Amino acid sequence: MAIVSDPPKQSFRLSQLLYDTRYRSMTIQVVVLMLFMAMAAWLIDNTITNLAARGKDFNFSFLGIRAGYDIGQRLVAYDSDSTHARALLVGLLNTLLVAFLGCIVATVIGVFVGVLRLSKNWLVARLMTLYVEIFRNVPVLLWILIIYAVFTEAAPLPNAFREGGTASMILFDSVAITNRYTAVPDPLFSRSLGNIDIGIFLISSDLLAIIAAVVAGWYASRLVLRRATAVQFATGLRPVTWWKTLALLTLPGVLTLWALGFHLGYPSLRGFNFAGGINVSNSFMALWLALSLYTGAFIAEIVRAGVLAISHGQTEAAHALGLRPGRTMSLVILPQALRVIIPPLISQFLNLTKNSSLAIATGYLDLRGTLGGITLNQTGRELETVLLMMLIYLVLSLLISGAMNIYNASVKLKER
Amino acid sequence: MKKSVFFGTLAAAGLVAGFAAAGTLDDVKARGELNCGVNTGLVGFAAPDANGNWSGFDVAICKAVAAAVLGDPTKVKYVPTSGQTRFTALASGEVDVLARNSTWTFLRDNDLKLDFVGVNYYDGQGFMVPKALGVSSAKELDGATICIQTGTTTELNLADFFKANNMSYSPIAIDSNAEGEQQYLAGACDAYTTDASGLAATRAAFANPADHIILPEIISKEPLGPAVRHGDNQWGDIVRWTLNALIAAEEYGITSANIEELSKGSANPEIDRLLGTSGDLGPMFGLDNLWAKRAILASGNYGEIFAATIGESTPIGLARGLNAQWTQGGLLYTPPFR
Repeated sequence: MAIVSDPPKQSFRLSQLLYDTRYRSMTIQVVVLMLFMAMAAWLIDNTITNLAARGKDFNFSFLGIRAGYDIGQRLVAYDSDSTHARALLVGLLNTLLVAFLGCIVATVIGVFVGVLRLSKNWLVARLMTLYVEIFRNVPVLLWILIIYAVFTEAAPLPNAFREGGTASMILFDSVAITNRYTAVPDPLFSRSLGNIDIGIFLISSDLLAIIAAVVAGWYASRLVLRRATAVQFATGLRPVTWWKTLALLTLPGVLTLWALGFHLGYPSLRGFNFAGGINVSNSFMALWLALSLYTGAFIAEIVRAGVLAISHGQTEAAHALGLRPGRTMSLVILPQALRVIIPPLISQFLNLTKNSSLAIATGYLDLRGTLGGITLNQTGRELETVLLMMLIYLVLSLLISGAMNIYNASVKLKER
Repeated sequence: MKKSVFFGTLAAAGLVAGFAAAGTLDDVKARGELNCGVNTGLVGFAAPDANGNWSGFDVAICKAVAAAVLGDPTKVKYVPTSGQTRFTALASGEVDVLARNSTWTFLRDNDLKLDFVGVNYYDGQGFMVPKALGVSSAKELDGATICIQTGTTTELNLADFFKANNMSYSPIAIDSNAEGEQQYLAGACDAYTTDASGLAATRAAFANPADHIILPEIISKEPLGPAVRHGDNQWGDIVRWTLNALIAAEEYGITSANIEELSKGSANPEIDRLLGTSGDLGPMFGLDNLWAKRAILASGNYGEIFAATIGESTPIGLARGLNAQWTQGGLLYTPPFR
């Protein structure tokens, strides 16, 4: 029998770390990691040393002390006796509000403009191109300032709405656009269900009831449509459903509003300003509009790219099957285009959310304005507030991209 | 903007670690230039003219310190700071002294680790409204929209004043005096509130100053003064006694007109000590004996500076009031030079 001997065993030599391709990449990674850690350690040590040299400590106890300043727009109860943590919450909610509304309007504008830009109508397509190029190529800060300036310079003073004044309210005397805010009616409920106190803030039970009713109606209409499809598959005839879905989509909400005794509180001029309604500040309006129009231009391009990515053969095939153009778009093109649209759309939503910190330009007190602005200044805790602010924006962005990724997973191509 | 300041602070702190603890006096002498934090633009207190030359009541402090330390009142680099960035700029070493109508408060002195070296203007917070509004008292401002600079003590006083009087208001946060002026004139707010001196200075720059009135209520104490970093006592003493020298010069009648004559010797030993004719006060804190003379020569004594920048003969037209010498019924009172 032949005896197979083991290959001669080479002992490990240090030079192999550099010259042996099996180990070299490992060596480089370890070196880079060590350099990175050394850099981080140097930064942290430097910060600690310098804080110590100035006699400053690092703690977040300032969040518990009285803030002492007032905030114009607040979604939850807040006054100057509240704590800095509470001011942080008010600012965070203001950020979330403008980001949420901005994302919705930007998406609507983007889809609308993106589809219209592909229109065969020369004028419409060119107009949409003009919009996209103008808004996409000017910094968003300038848009915020311009729109804010238009509101403050062009709109009349609240004083001008007095008897015999030069300005008058619009929409049946219910809305007043002034150079400070837009006064809109306040929704009121005469048979209100009250509020639920969840410890940090109050949630209106009326709002929850309305949302529940609308969602239930929407779900029921989905069931009706699904049944209609089942009937269509079984018999070949699609039952008429439009009046059922219309009723299911509108009636629950309307009935709940009626049951709660919904009415509007109209704003009227009392003293210096309008009262009795809701005064939506111009800083908010300007920020909201500017962010929506700016991000909308980017989304339009994403939508256009998504639609163009679908081969024209798909449209022709759908037409050959007898689908009308609207149905072709909604049943064939858009579901496929969404796969291309969603991932870049996520980054646009993230951009909009982060750009909302430009609120400072109009004096809108968002997270940057409260925690990173007034709180920072009144307490002098630069390091703590900025780190906290970065952490909050980071978590916010991760939450948004997490939620959008779930949606993306649901529309992406499922391979079987 | 804040973030960049913050990272700038970190980077600067990193680069000069260990060096920052050295004396500010040595730094300034080595640099040959004083970095002075001033307002971004408040006519009368600190504002650049068309040629970029800064002048004003606060600027005069910078000039006096530069003259005392470097021997030349022009060797100043003016660093415009907003209400938000001023203390960070000082703490990070970007400026050596902050002469930017900043209110001396307990929190700033202790928690922000600053040292206010004295008071160069005793002020209080007031309100300005257009005459057409028909308001004659701050107590009539219930429900008004008010422009307010963020990051200031006035923001807190305003909240306290309206709370104490059980009134409501909606604040409009602004970042600088220029922005406040613009918003106020555009009618974005009914009233503008800041230190009464600042209101007078702002109104002086209006096209029609007479259309606006400053309401009689003064709702707070605002002692404004120059500040330095906490911990460098020698530098703090230099700025403190430079300010004192300007005030004392007015008390003893030393003006830029007669200072040369007085420095040859006078009947008053205190004047001799102050001007370095006798004694050796200067070397005690690292300067020469003529420091005070140079400081006074820079733009005159306190009274001359006041009259030239914000006094009654200027468009700003502020009366001396609390800022008169103690001998005239004011609050200015320097410790003795001996």
